[in-house]
Amino acid sequence: VKILYFAWVRQKIGKSEETVAKPAGVETLRQLAEFLARRGAGYAEAFADLSRLRAALNQMHTGLDTPVGPDDEVAFFPPVTGG
Amino acid sequence: MRVTIRIQKEPFDISAETAELAYDGVGAVASFTGHVRGSDGVNGLVLEHYPGMTERVIAEHIEEAARRWNLLGVAVIHRIGELMPGEAIVLTAVGAAHRGDALAAVHFLMDHLKIDATFWKQERRGADLTWVEPRTSDHHAAGKWK
Repeated sequence: VKILYFAWVRQKIGKSEETVAKPAGVETLRQLAEFLARRGAGYAEAFADLSRLRAALNQMHTGLDTPVGPDDEVAFFPPVTGG
Repeated sequence: MRVTIRIQKEPFDISAETAELAYDGVGAVASFTGHVRGSDGVNGLVLEHYPGMTERVIAEHIEEAARRWNLLGVAVIHRIGELMPGEAIVLTAVGAAHRGDALAAVHFLMDHLKIDATFWKQERRGADLTWVEPRTSDHHAAGKWK
């Protein structure tokens, strides 16, 4: 799974993207976020409160209960603030 | 319909961009330009976006606007990187045969760009950068188009 991070999520994790093998037991974006949260202090901080995060699957906005596949592009970020 | 979507660091030329939309059959060009507010001690903004997704989201809103109104051309240009107070940050311009369609589509596109185009802003105050929190009023503004 290709995973991209933006804004303060990127800052806390310390990288803008990475690719991880889809772990056993991870079926949804929420489960992927919970898995990532265990990878280190920065991850734990970034994913501490999932209600503050938004997600995209293959460059489309989606909810955290969306299923994720091994070849998907996922992004985690705060609510957008453009314009 | 001619569509221009650009995400860029460089400033844009509002007159040139709106003139581009005034080709044969266009009787009205409406535009909105957003600028960096220099209030509350803010002396700059830093913007990032999600390349690919941002353009896709904006393109979908343009398609929806073209279903609702009779449009001949649309340009959405959004800047990223470092911006100073007063600088133009976003331009949405629409060309149509008549003003009603052009004005409504500009309003629609800006309201939707605010809620789901994948940009994130930091405000600079002196040496400090803080992430901007979204405004709930933006969601209300977009909700009225449903």
